[in-house]
Amino acid sequence: MAEVYDVPYMERTRNYYRAQGYSTDYVWAHNAHTPFAPLTKPMSESRVGVVTTSMPDTALGRTQRSIYSTLTPPIPESMYTEELSWHQAVTHTDDVNSYIPLEQLMLLENKGVIGSLAPRFHSVPTEYSQRRTMENDAPEILRRLREDEVDVAMLVPL
Amino acid sequence: MSLVARNLEAHGIPTLVIGSALDIVEHCGVARYLHSDLPLGNPCGTPYDRDMQLSIINQAITLLHSATVPNTTERTPYSWSDDNNWRDDYAKVDDSNREELARRGKERRLLQTEQKAGGIERAAMVADG
Repeated sequence: MAEVYDVPYMERTRNYYRAQGYSTDYVWAHNAHTPFAPLTKPMSESRVGVVTTSMPDTALGRTQRSIYSTLTPPIPESMYTEELSWHQAVTHTDDVNSYIPLEQLMLLENKGVIGSLAPRFHSVPTEYSQRRTMENDAPEILRRLREDEVDVAMLVPL
Repeated sequence: MSLVARNLEAHGIPTLVIGSALDIVEHCGVARYLHSDLPLGNPCGTPYDRDMQLSIINQAITLLHSATVPNTTERTPYSWSDDNNWRDDYAKVDDSNREELARRGKERRLLQTEQKAGGIERAAMVADG
């Protein structure tokens, strides 16, 4: 077995864009301090909200990268992932459960491991502009999760 | 996504990020991170492997209540394959694709200029790989 290493995604992406003729490197967000909110109740009593970077597989979702909220159940049979930077050469995104844990959380709700799964999940676009994420998308996701009365949030970027 | 998580934490909602890009998430800093050592695209487990997918979310739930400090990272026990081909392959640049990448970059910049002129500004950060 070959020695395992963590893929250096920032370095790879920088080199990949340089090879495409881009002269300015992307600067990833970096912070000295990380906020931390402790749990206020046991997971068995908590409502869990889910956030994904995939878009709804609808005419609107395929053309307009924006925030969407999707009622569940049902679990969507597909999501639109074409514009995201997943590893298309080696895997696929045909199985929604491999990147949005709705079925898993429904099972865990039935077993009493979590209190409940929120009645909808949210799509948030990956953004080149960190300012736009912080000023528009992050507050809107907060607003919607509060509306859903979630106790904890599970965020799953592709 | 890490920025969205940080904002939720700052406003009192505990979060957990499940992802596959360890360096990017840790560079930004999130409260709780479960790292899936799989290719980008399937952070919740290999497609159609229901046992692995459920086990990863179980681990996520455990991590949610066991973490007591920010920047807590845990790894799932799963890996994609015994070789490093998929790791070596991601966004690879070598003599086999250098010209193709330069050409694609030119096309992409043209498209972005057109989209901007047409009012579409929310381009994805990385569109391929």
